[in-house]
This record gives sequence, structure tokens and C-alpha cells, in this order.
Amino acid sequence: MVLYFFAFIYFTMVSIIWTFLIVIAIIYSFISGKVDIINNTILTSGNDALKLILSLLPTIALWSGIMKIAEDSGLLSKFASMLRPFLNKLFPSVPKDNKALGYISSNIAANMLGLGSAATPFGLKAMEELQKINDKKDTASTPMITFLVLNTAGVTIIPTTIIAIRMAYNSASPTQIIVPAIIATGTSFIFAIFIDYLIRRKHK
Amino acid sequence: MKLISIIVIPLFVFFVILYGNSKKINIYDSFLIGVKDGLKICYNIFPAILAMIFAVNLFLNSDVLSFILAPVIKLIDIPAQILPMAILRPISGTASMSIMTNIFAIYGPDSFAGRLASILQGCTDTTIYVIALYYSSIKVSKIRYTLAVGLLADLAGIIMAFVLANIFF
Repeated sequence: MVLYFFAFIYFTMVSIIWTFLIVIAIIYSFISGKVDIINNTILTSGNDALKLILSLLPTIALWSGIMKIAEDSGLLSKFASMLRPFLNKLFPSVPKDNKALGYISSNIAANMLGLGSAATPFGLKAMEELQKINDKKDTASTPMITFLVLNTAGVTIIPTTIIAIRMAYNSASPTQIIVPAIIATGTSFIFAIFIDYLIRRKHK
Repeated sequence: MKLISIIVIPLFVFFVILYGNSKKINIYDSFLIGVKDGLKICYNIFPAILAMIFAVNLFLNSDVLSFILAPVIKLIDIPAQILPMAILRPISGTASMSIMTNIFAIYGPDSFAGRLASILQGCTDTTIYVIALYYSSIKVSKIRYTLAVGLLADLAGIIMAFVLANIFF
């Protein structure tokens, strides 16, 4: 994919942050005289990264297997169709039989089940369909904004990677954060819908 | 609450496998294909994890954070790492995850800081990345209020994470 405007800005932003973290750390270590710690960190970071990915790998692999069953058996699309009635209310300007709504519900369903890599293609297709019914092609339409705002709230029912890392650090109860995490992400989701609704009403 | 946290995963797995069987697909085959996909995901995310662990560990180990945040830390009784984690969460999920592992290593995953970091990591998605990716894919350059609402919702989630960490633990 050719990097377009925002993707370019995003990757520039991340490289600036990356540079900032490293440069500041090394300069400060020269000033404070803790160069030996930095020296050590540079040499051991690879090890830490390997340890992290090795702690994630079994859980990601196992969970991907379970989720592939959910996908192949049609559970994912069933879940998506259950979300469909809500979507008609959230996207009043999109015709009820538009393909975009199907993709949006699949995207949200996949995200909720923690299937990030399955969610993205649905999301990109949804944007494509929404672009077809967009009057100004260079400007975000109202349904596009609603969709992205819902998407970025990131509602996940089971945060598997976090649980895996907690396990790797010998947590006594790795799953105990599930309920508060769902409430926090749910709050962000509902708040997003609410603000978006207020803005849309004002624009009318 | 404790019960829900313990039974949600077994219940989910039970349901998925039962449902898969009722649809007469070869669930064992699906499982194996899925695992292979999972291995590919790990292979694909490793470079970003290495990059961010490297930068974040340098930054945190240099102790420059307590120098920058010295006045703030005295006011609020939380580990200094939480603040940059909350700021980086919408920009880079890998960076905030790296900070989370650092907090786990120092304070432990079951400490207040460890639980707060876990909820913080789970409370939202990488908002700025998602917006950049999706708008870039259809060449939209005027995004109107998308970013503002997305970040406001993140802020609501982050505040909620602090509140819940205090209520639950």
C-alpha cells in the first residue's frame, strides 16, 4: 500500500517519539553519570523483547485457533448480525440495505472478540463503501466519523494479550482485570457515541 | 465479579467449540489453521515490539522521567511510568504495552500500579493509528472532528481506568 497523507504523518510521528525517547535517555545518562545503566539496557533490550514475544506467542497462537473456529463456524457473522439493528440507529444517513453496514457490524464484532487482524479488512471495506456514498471525496462524511469513533474506542470482551503478559510476570490472578477493563472500554465507547450524536444533531 | 473474571474464558471456549461442532465444520482443522495464523501475527509484530521495548527501556531506566515529573509525582501518589503510558496509549499500543511490562517487572502485575496499567492498556484502542490507516486507505484528508471525539473518548476511558482501579482493588 502506498503511504498516503495520514499514514505518512503517523509513521513520522512514531519515529519522532522513538527518537525522542532514545536521545533524551542517552543525553540524561551522560549528565547524571548513569551511563553504565544505559549501556546495560542497550545490550539487554533484545532479550526483554524476546521474553515478551515468547510469553505472548502461546496465548496468541492458542487464541487464534479458538477464534478461527468462531470465524469458520459462522459464529462471528451471527454475532455481527445481532449488532445490525443498533447500527441502523447509529447510521441514519446510510441506506438500510447498504453493504457498508454489514462490514461495519463484522468489524465491530471481530474487534469485540479480540480478532484485530480479522477486523481490519472489514473496516477498510466499510470505509470503501462509505466513500461511494460520500459527496465530497476528500472530506470525511458523518457516518465515516461515527464508524471510526466507535472503532477507536476498542471494545474487547477478552483482552488476551494483557492476560498473557500478566501470566508471564507471575500474576496470582491474571484474569482479574477483565471486568474493570470491560467497564472502562465500555465507558469510552458510550461516551464516543454520545458526543458524536450531539455533534451530528447540532450540524443538522 | 471475581467469579465472572474466572469463568468468562472457559465459558467462551466451551460455547465456541460446541457451536462449531453443531455447524458440522472440521473444528480441529480450523483450530490448526488459526494457530498458524497466530504464529504469523507474532512474527509480524516482533520488530515493533523490539523497537519499542528498546526505546521505552532506555527512557525509563535513565530515570529522566522522575526528573521531568518531579513536581507532579509529589502531588499524586502513582508511579511515574503511568503518565507517559496514558499519553502513548492512543499513539502506539506497542509502546504503552512496553511500559506496562516495565511496570509489571518493577511493581508486579498484582500491585495497584500493575492493575492500573492493565486496565489502562485495555481501556481503548490505538486511536491515532486507526484513524490514520482508515482515512489513508480511501484518500480522505479532511477528517473534521474525528480525532477530537476519538481522543475525548480515550480520555473518558483513561479517567474510568483510574476510577475503577481505585474501586476494584
